[in-house]
Amino acid sequence: MKQRLVVIGNGMAGMRTIEELLTAAPEKYEITVFGAEPYGNYNRIMLSSVLCGEKAIEDIVINDRQWYLDNGITLHAGEDKAVVRIDRKNRKVCAQDGTVAEYERLLIATGSKAVIPSIPGNDLDGVISFRDILDVKKMLAYSQSHQNAVVLGGGLLGLEAANGLALRGMNVTVIHSNNVLLNRQLDSPAGKMLQAALEQRGLTFKMAAKLKQLLSDENNHITTVCLDDGSQLECDLFIMAIGVRPNMALAQAAGIYCERGIVVNDTLQTYDPSIYAVGECIQHRGDTFGLVAPLFEQAKVCANHLSAHGAAEYITLPTATKLKVTGINLFSVGDFQGDRTTESLHFTDPACGIYKKLVIKANKLIGAVLYGDTTDGNWYQELMEKEENIADIRNVMIFGKVYAE
Amino acid sequence: MNKIIQTTCPYCGVGCGITAQVDDMRHQVSIIGDKSHPANFGRLCSKGSALGETVELKGRLLEPRIFGRDTNWAQALDQVAGTFTRTIEKFGPDAVAIYASGQLLTEDYYVANKLMKGFIGSGNIDTNSRLCMSSSVAGHKRAFGSDTVPGCYDDFEQAEMIVLIGSNTAWCHPVSFQRIRTAKDANPALKIVVIDPRRTASCDIADLHLPIASGTDASLFNGLLHFLQQTNALNQAYIDAHTEGFAEAVNAAALNSGSIEQVAKRCKLKVEDLQCFYQWFARNEKVMSIYSQGINQSSSGTDKVNAIINCHLATGRIGKPGMGPFSLTGQPNAMGGREVGGLSHQLAAHMDFSSTEDIERVAQFWGAHKIARKPGLAAVDLFDAIYDGAVKAVWIMGTNPVVSLPNADKVKQALQRCDFVVVSDCIANTDTTALAHVLLPAQGWSEKDGTVTNSERRISRQRTLLSPAGSSKPDWWIITQVARRMGFEKAFQYQIASDIFREHAALSGLDNNGEQGLRDFDISGLAGLSQHEYDQLQPIQWPVNQTNPHGSARLFADGQFFTSSGKAQFITIEPRLAVNSTNNDYPLVLNTGRIRDQWHTMTRTAIAAKLNQHKPEPFVEVHPVDAKHHQLLSNGLALIESQWGSMMARVQIGDSQQQGNLFVPMHWTEQLANHGRMGALVNPVVDPISKQPESKHTPVRIKPYLPAWQGFILSRQELTMIASGVDYWVKVKGEHYYRYELADGVLPNSLQTWVRANVFNTVSDNLQCLEYQDSGRNNYRAAQIVDNRLESVIFIAVDDALPERDWLSTLFEKPVLEKHERMALLAGIPPSGVAEGGPIICSCFNVGEQTIRAAIREKGLKTHQEVGQCLKAGTNCGSCVPEIKALL
Repeated sequence: MKQRLVVIGNGMAGMRTIEELLTAAPEKYEITVFGAEPYGNYNRIMLSSVLCGEKAIEDIVINDRQWYLDNGITLHAGEDKAVVRIDRKNRKVCAQDGTVAEYERLLIATGSKAVIPSIPGNDLDGVISFRDILDVKKMLAYSQSHQNAVVLGGGLLGLEAANGLALRGMNVTVIHSNNVLLNRQLDSPAGKMLQAALEQRGLTFKMAAKLKQLLSDENNHITTVCLDDGSQLECDLFIMAIGVRPNMALAQAAGIYCERGIVVNDTLQTYDPSIYAVGECIQHRGDTFGLVAPLFEQAKVCANHLSAHGAAEYITLPTATKLKVTGINLFSVGDFQGDRTTESLHFTDPACGIYKKLVIKANKLIGAVLYGDTTDGNWYQELMEKEENIADIRNVMIFGKVYAE
Repeated sequence: MNKIIQTTCPYCGVGCGITAQVDDMRHQVSIIGDKSHPANFGRLCSKGSALGETVELKGRLLEPRIFGRDTNWAQALDQVAGTFTRTIEKFGPDAVAIYASGQLLTEDYYVANKLMKGFIGSGNIDTNSRLCMSSSVAGHKRAFGSDTVPGCYDDFEQAEMIVLIGSNTAWCHPVSFQRIRTAKDANPALKIVVIDPRRTASCDIADLHLPIASGTDASLFNGLLHFLQQTNALNQAYIDAHTEGFAEAVNAAALNSGSIEQVAKRCKLKVEDLQCFYQWFARNEKVMSIYSQGINQSSSGTDKVNAIINCHLATGRIGKPGMGPFSLTGQPNAMGGREVGGLSHQLAAHMDFSSTEDIERVAQFWGAHKIARKPGLAAVDLFDAIYDGAVKAVWIMGTNPVVSLPNADKVKQALQRCDFVVVSDCIANTDTTALAHVLLPAQGWSEKDGTVTNSERRISRQRTLLSPAGSSKPDWWIITQVARRMGFEKAFQYQIASDIFREHAALSGLDNNGEQGLRDFDISGLAGLSQHEYDQLQPIQWPVNQTNPHGSARLFADGQFFTSSGKAQFITIEPRLAVNSTNNDYPLVLNTGRIRDQWHTMTRTAIAAKLNQHKPEPFVEVHPVDAKHHQLLSNGLALIESQWGSMMARVQIGDSQQQGNLFVPMHWTEQLANHGRMGALVNPVVDPISKQPESKHTPVRIKPYLPAWQGFILSRQELTMIASGVDYWVKVKGEHYYRYELADGVLPNSLQTWVRANVFNTVSDNLQCLEYQDSGRNNYRAAQIVDNRLESVIFIAVDDALPERDWLSTLFEKPVLEKHERMALLAGIPPSGVAEGGPIICSCFNVGEQTIRAAIREKGLKTHQEVGQCLKAGTNCGSCVPEIKALL
């Protein structure tokens, strides 16, 4: 008899794990999937492309409902199918509508939630995050009827949202707490170049700014954004994009050990040996995750163990960043800031909007920022992963792989 | 409208004829060899071929200047004449001097000599020919009683054996070398022997190379004389009939030579090689001994010349086709200078101060009652006298003594101390014009009109191609104007160059006969030329007189010489080594010389971009053992020091150099390199008879110069504030760009700031340039691009990780940089798929080493002719053929 595998979360990490599992051990499990959104599995990363009009929703679907049927997977998708409880003792999960599923193995892939700034007005109408298809639909609706959007957060998500809304015709201001956009991914020169490029596209920036409060009209709808410096911005739509937190409430409630996320070992197992977790909800060796590449790697390792092949171990590798704003190429990986123990290579061509920085330590590449020309990003990442000695190619490596061969 | 004009090349003493196509409106000249000229029959070398590229007006001296300010001719001439007159009045005629040049035309030279010796009344006119030909002049005079080159270029084809002695003919007289090569190709039995401490490009065609120890040439030829006697190879009949002093000379030779083994040891040669040469010399009747600076530039240069001539007299091999001693002159008109008496010990027209009759004859002819009666100061002594203040006013014409004279730093100081320095030149900025109080703009080669004489006594016309640049004037006109202002109007009434030529020709024939004393130099046959005939004058070899109206290919066929007895003189030679020998402090011998594509102090050849590509930087050739011993790195920089001065150069390691010897090129100046003047090193030692400096032998030491950083700049514009204060810089003009090589001992805090201030000439942060920085190694690169066109690119590295300059240089030819080129720019190497040409081998067709190597590899080329068919390389001047053969 097949074992029962229940998956909480119909997102990218969970479903990639299932895809891997179906390849590795197609007959091993009877699989049930719970998802809080009423769709099949879609590519969340491409929401930005939908927002800015480059793609339609159907373009970003990875697995439609037919796929679940074809693979004998039971899918419970919809708001009322959100899992509300894990009963570890009886090895079953319960959804909001009472649906129950028993498991021998449980995979938690509940993802993350947007961080909500703790300021007055954070619950007003017109204040949303940018996490799922529903958010995108709201944003598109606003863009057709309203003028002014404010995006809180100059990180990847915030900038993609801002760019999309601007392309949809809104006046967009981005509020960022740091002096440098994408400061987790870019150093100052690259951040400045990015800002200049986005300003040229019509975005407005409030840098090193701190949000004070949001004001509303009589209908409880946002009207004004107030900053600490006393300035105010007219606002019809406010997007919160200052980061995400692992969505671990369900696990916590079930008594699974959590810190900042659901703590897993190198085989993606939680403290409950029958329960695995992957994706943005987990904490592995102190790290939490927000980019897709490590999620896919986790999926591979997790599926390996679920299929009882049981040899793979998950190691967090440096992950590269890419911004999905058409016409803007940027790439960063590893320790791109460097410190007193590192050396760095720089290349700039301001007229062409190109900036590159490679950080070197003990003749090894440990980080890279590329702006404007990201052709060799993958090569740099490869050099880092393989920890190659770069002494011989140091003088030309910043110009690309073709010069180093 | 284009005009076709026949003229003569202004570089070496081969004296090649040129056919120039002239577009005066556009100030353009295109050059081909004159097929009818007997010196070259249409061939030209790389330098001559590039003459058209040197006629630009940029860098020319266009107006007279007094103390750095432009002025008009009247004021400048008044200033010169006035100061010279006052100096003479106050301190006597020997307090002034003229230092002239083998670049002057015969007419210029004649009036300069006439002014100084005839009317100022001092012998103080000397010339840069002192540095190259005076040992030959002295040797000829001692042996023949006259300064006569007996043979001619035709002898190359008729010889059975050609000995090249102290002459890298392949690079210094390329067209003559090609002629010898062709003769050898046509007649493989023709034996070629090269006697030179270096294995030069001339060894390419040699059957035998004798890598003689520096300075031992006289021992070698004394040994030969002794050998000829011992092996009964003498021409006793000739010796008896036509010579004097044989017994003494041969006895001394026997005594100081000893056995062949001893000679070989002295000259550091293999016995069998030496024996082979001696036997070949003995067996072959038609032997030519062609020699040049390796013989002349020596403290015993005159003796070396005579040691060679002795062997020809002893075998009677002189004055007949295919044989004889043959001095290759360095400059286009060194011979013309000798004819007019331009050296300080000569008087005029092959007459000198030793004969009162000569002095009186010339005085009368010139109407010069104050004529000088004793020799003046020779070059090295002359500048010492300027340094000491004995000579207070000097006029330098068309030469660059601050670069070319030995102990050149002292020469520089001498001019700095001198009360009054006048320089006439066609170029505005030279190391010598920098020290002038008055600058007089002379016409350049393409503008002048007159005659020159080449190595084989052939007088050729140099004709005006272009209108004068700015206010420039012919040298003869400038001298004449000063002479008139000094009160000598009557004797300087020349209106045109031919007026002077006729007078010069007339003087050569004056009393030139058996009764009053026969002189070799006689062109009285040309004294009556009309202006039209002068204009149409075809190349002709002197003597040209009633007996020989069509000139004379050879002299001495009849065994009659210009000595009082009519017999040639054997000179007894006691070989002497160089005056300054090496010691612990200065353990190496410095040799100096020319390179293939440059002429003298590069004031003209460095204008032609393609001539700068073969050897772009001052370099020093070092034997591998010496390089190792002195810790020199290949292609690194070295500091060379002598007791007199120092220079810096790029190290080239190779065994073409003997162990213990260094070679540096003579060409670089402070205009092109801050420490490239080899003259600063050279010992101020001269031959006691010829007063020619010993430029081929100075004890030196060498050590690596290890810079904190090295780099280069390629810039479309010439940089005005080029890296003031860096230890080492060299400027190289390229096609559409200037290249600067740099090195310094101190790393600036910020290379970025340093480059912006010193190269981009701005401190602005808004400068739009491409930049590359390696913070760990402090390597820095930057490029400026304006309107998609490359303006400048700079590479600085603390290690020596600098890319080749070739590919980057080619980007200046592009009106627009392609994106992939822009991206590759600071990588310094082409994107994959674009082949590099490599260092230029063939200057004529701009073909690089890598291109040639690739063609040889891919097309299976076997001979240099095949390379020529495929790439054209080596098919024009042919001077790169040895290098192509080396690649094969």
